Amino acid sequence: MNDMRLVERAVDDKELKIAADGVDVFYGDTHAIKAVDVNILDKTVTAFIGPSGCGKSTFLRCLNRMNDTIDVCRVTGNILLDGEDIYHPKVDPVQLRAKVGMVFQKPNPFPKSIYDNVSYGPRIHGLARNKSELDEIVEKSLRRAALWDEVKDRLTAPGTGLSGGQQQRLCIARAVATSPEVLLMDEPCSALDPIATAQVEELIDELRERFSVVIVTHSMQQAARVSQKTAFFHLGELVEFGDTSQIFTNPKDPRTESYITGRIG
Amino acid sequence: MTDASTPVPPKSSLYATSDRVKRRNRSETRFRAYGFAAITVGVLALILLVISIVSNGASAFRQTYITIPVELTEARLDPAGNRDPAEMARVTTFGYAPLLAQALQQHLQGQGISMEGVTPRDLMAMISQEAPAQVRALVLANPEIVGQTVTMEMLAGGRIDGYFKGRVTLESAERDSNVSPAQLLLAERMAEAGLIETRFNWAFITGPDASDQRPEAAGLGIAILGSFYMMIVVLVLALPIGVAASIYLEEFAPQNRFTDAIEVNISNLAAVPSIVFGILGLAIFINFAGLPQSAPIVGGLVLTLMTLPTIIIATRASLRAVPPSIRDAALGLGASKMQSVFHHVLPLAAPGILTGTIIGLAQALGETAPLLLIGMVAFVREFPDAPPEGFFDPTSALPVQVYNWTQRSDPAFVERASGATIVLLVFLLFMNAMAVILRRRFERRW
Amino acid sequence: MPLIWIILAVLALGAAGYVLGRKRAVSSAGGDIRILHSLPNYYGMNVFLTAVVPALLVLVVWLLVQPTVIQRQVTQLIPDNDIMESGELSLIMSDVRRVADGLDRAVEQGALSREEARMIRTEFTNIRETLASIGVALGDDVNADVLAAAQRYRALQSAGNTVMAAAVLILAALGLGYAYSRTHKDFRARNTVERAVLSILILASTIAILTTVGIVLSMVLETRDFFHLYPAREFFFGTEWIPSFEGGSHLGLLPLLWGTLYITFIALLVAVPVGLFSAIYLAEYAGRRMRGIAKPMIEVLAGIPTIVYGLFALITVGPMLRDYFAEPLGLGTSSSSVMTAGIVMGIMLIPFVSSLSDDIINAVPQSLRDGSYGLGATQSETVKQVILPAALPGIVGAILLAASRAIGETMIVVMGAGAAATLSLNPFEAMTTVTVKIVGQLTGDTDFSSPEALVAFALGLTLFAITLGLNILALYIVRKYREQYE
Repeated sequence: MNDMRLVERAVDDKELKIAADGVDVFYGDTHAIKAVDVNILDKTVTAFIGPSGCGKSTFLRCLNRMNDTIDVCRVTGNILLDGEDIYHPKVDPVQLRAKVGMVFQKPNPFPKSIYDNVSYGPRIHGLARNKSELDEIVEKSLRRAALWDEVKDRLTAPGTGLSGGQQQRLCIARAVATSPEVLLMDEPCSALDPIATAQVEELIDELRERFSVVIVTHSMQQAARVSQKTAFFHLGELVEFGDTSQIFTNPKDPRTESYITGRIG
Repeated sequence: MTDASTPVPPKSSLYATSDRVKRRNRSETRFRAYGFAAITVGVLALILLVISIVSNGASAFRQTYITIPVELTEARLDPAGNRDPAEMARVTTFGYAPLLAQALQQHLQGQGISMEGVTPRDLMAMISQEAPAQVRALVLANPEIVGQTVTMEMLAGGRIDGYFKGRVTLESAERDSNVSPAQLLLAERMAEAGLIETRFNWAFITGPDASDQRPEAAGLGIAILGSFYMMIVVLVLALPIGVAASIYLEEFAPQNRFTDAIEVNISNLAAVPSIVFGILGLAIFINFAGLPQSAPIVGGLVLTLMTLPTIIIATRASLRAVPPSIRDAALGLGASKMQSVFHHVLPLAAPGILTGTIIGLAQALGETAPLLLIGMVAFVREFPDAPPEGFFDPTSALPVQVYNWTQRSDPAFVERASGATIVLLVFLLFMNAMAVILRRRFERRW
Repeated sequence: MPLIWIILAVLALGAAGYVLGRKRAVSSAGGDIRILHSLPNYYGMNVFLTAVVPALLVLVVWLLVQPTVIQRQVTQLIPDNDIMESGELSLIMSDVRRVADGLDRAVEQGALSREEARMIRTEFTNIRETLASIGVALGDDVNADVLAAAQRYRALQSAGNTVMAAAVLILAALGLGYAYSRTHKDFRARNTVERAVLSILILASTIAILTTVGIVLSMVLETRDFFHLYPAREFFFGTEWIPSFEGGSHLGLLPLLWGTLYITFIALLVAVPVGLFSAIYLAEYAGRRMRGIAKPMIEVLAGIPTIVYGLFALITVGPMLRDYFAEPLGLGTSSSSVMTAGIVMGIMLIPFVSSLSDDIINAVPQSLRDGSYGLGATQSETVKQVILPAALPGIVGAILLAASRAIGETMIVVMGAGAAATLSLNPFEAMTTVTVKIVGQLTGDTDFSSPEALVAFALGLTLFAITLGLNILALYIVRKYREQYE
């Protein structure tokens, strides 16, 4: 848990997963996101940092069209997933969200058993042909979320009975179970204690092997620990985007510098 | 984390909607349609209900009258000739009826209107049986008009009235023993001559009920007055008791078994079927306490007990909405707990309490079942006295009057019952609108 | 002295006490109200309350007790063989009361003088005719014992009223004097008044308990009488309902209970899907405008009195069902039927189910919805697989509450279901319910000593027990559910 442990990793050879180009978001009359361009790479952890209300969560929710559920929200600009515009009229948000999974700030397991929580996604998307395949997916997802050993004997117990950290890992397992290509995480550790946080952070690092992970975080230390790319948002604008090491050691924009040295935020 | 056996799903384009998603979207659309259908059913039911009541009842507010000059023969109405009302009262309505029949017959002949197919007896049947009583009342009130020829406006019979409102047709008259097509055709000719006219019917709102044979004369006056008396009783009893109980429970009550028992009782009373309150009223107020049947005081007491939970629940909610900081501020200045409640909390909660009270009263106004048990179905033709004695006089009530009229055989009472329902709904609409306006006006957000 | 004057006199005394008490307090402080313990109004209030409250309490108790005492006194005057003759004491007593009222009325209208009313004898005057001439109709000729009892009744009543008025006024005056004498600048008037007000508040809040006790007592006592006259076994397990006022009635609960439950079932069949789907649509799909229009319209249904629904059943739904379904299908010719009452009651319950379900669906946290959408679930999948299972206990509670409402509903079934107590499966046949029979047995002139009238109390108690049980169960379930998300 020591401070700025910067991870030097080669990231340039990864292929482009999501390309956002000139994205604006309006909530009614409020201009929440202003002309944001971001390129998110495959098999990479990208962190969005910035003070509260800077729009980083809003932008994250654009990436799997979760903002569609809010009536007054309007998104313009292009967001391409593997070169396909996710706001294209032909795109079904349901299909998109199977590819771009999401984990939320507060652990939100359904009031069902652990097994039913994890199998929910595969069931609705029809990913398993029979019960044994479903069992397999559930086990694999729980293993990926580093939860299998803790819950394998009580898969029928309610998911709400787990501890906070376990609940969040259950939610990650639930998101992983649909085999997404991108995993969005909205401050996944903000409701967790330090030990659970460390477990989840470790997990994020492992998830990077298979998925492109985008994480919104409040904690700069966390961004520095888990991410390879960092985007700094301020007042709805993308101030700076680059390698995590560069952002934290050699920020180009004075606002970024003020933020990471603790003068604004 | 090295499970290579993962069945990697084939990469698919976002633009191509998979069959499965199409299927899911169809079921989504279906589900949504069910929801919309459910709303439509609810709204349609409301519309159908309103249309049914209004279309049946609107005509109750119009009434057909026959206007003819009547000679008030002294020999018949005041044989003694001294214009003493006490003596003239000995002539019953049966003494007046032939007078009217004669007048009508003469006037028709004078006007040259053919009475084809209508016997004098049938002719008399076209005038309401209530008409002689009306004329008698007029004569007794003004004895000096005896001997003169006065132009009288009389209620037409129920079937004639129905004909002008479209309820009775020539075809239906063929099958009806109470009216013949010839009578209807004569009525038509009389209308052309200006003797019959249909216009707004104040008597429906102000007049008393009438017996089974005279639907055309039945009015809501006593029922409205009775309901009004009951509302006064409910307001006078339920509001102070409800507010006092709420203040105690919300501001002073300690957490103990006694207050728990009160809470449980209140929430259960709110769900007790209304007819059970009627049984309570019958057993306690009438059989045990010996209060008179059909009296507004008994109805008011029963409705008070029914309304109390509503008022208590609303009052407690609005007391709870007053932030504790107000109480603290008053206590901090050295006010007693009682003073802080009565000087600060209660006035701030007043709009909410008032709204709850109005809604409770509206509920009470529409309640029928318990009133049936305490004898309010009785046929009442006498207006009650002014309060407080009037609270003990027999009356009817609006919703009970509706029920009463539906139990009568003449189909003309369906129109009356629906008309009474319209009056009831208008009162309710007015009360609820008042509650909404109060809430809009005084609602405070802390 | 009429009651209203006694009350007004007591209040007038109280008001005088208020003024006097206030004045005395101020003068005891030499006109400087700053050295009073409490504000001057509290001293006045104290005198007012001490004068008025005990006096009015005594008045209320007196009014409740006096009839019982008088009744006992008068009953002694009635010889046993009279009671044997007419079978019931209560019948004779109601005659006595009617004669007494008649005499009152006669005196009031001047048909008899006070003296005559007191001395009148059946041997010399035909009481029945005398009373009939002033509009009091008596069923039988008045016998001498009844008349004597009626006269005794009048005498006791007027004596009682006089003594009561005196007692109440003296008590009020004593209270005034006592409180006035205690009024002094150091007297803690505010505390005394506040204690009094608090006890008034407590008294008001016990009304709820008293009402419940009244309901239970009134029904239990009469039901006990009923079971003395009619075996409980036959009431609870009888399959026939044939009341006959000449005796030999069959008063079986089962056909009534069957009708009640059948109608409730159909009502729920209408109300639950429509109400639940409306709630889901309004909570999850409807836009703001749609919600703003449709929600109040559905809620209006809840504000419509049941008599209006009854009328709707009687004049519209019943004939419609008969003409378009029952007759063409050969299922019956009656416009009042289980179906008529059930459908209309279902409409009445729609807003009940939908607003309760709406609350419950909205209580499911948004985070669960987000979680489901985030996994790529459609809205209907989220509703069906996440929200409804999570809200299920609450919805079950809501349905139970609706069922209890339907079981206790009276006017719709009185006007829409019919009066025939049958055990049949045909929904287009007229059937009857517990509430219909309560109304039927208790309206009109009833003799409260016959099993045919008393059965209504047993029915009422059964109804009360069923609905109370359902409500408690429903509230318990709903509360458990609420705790889950708090």
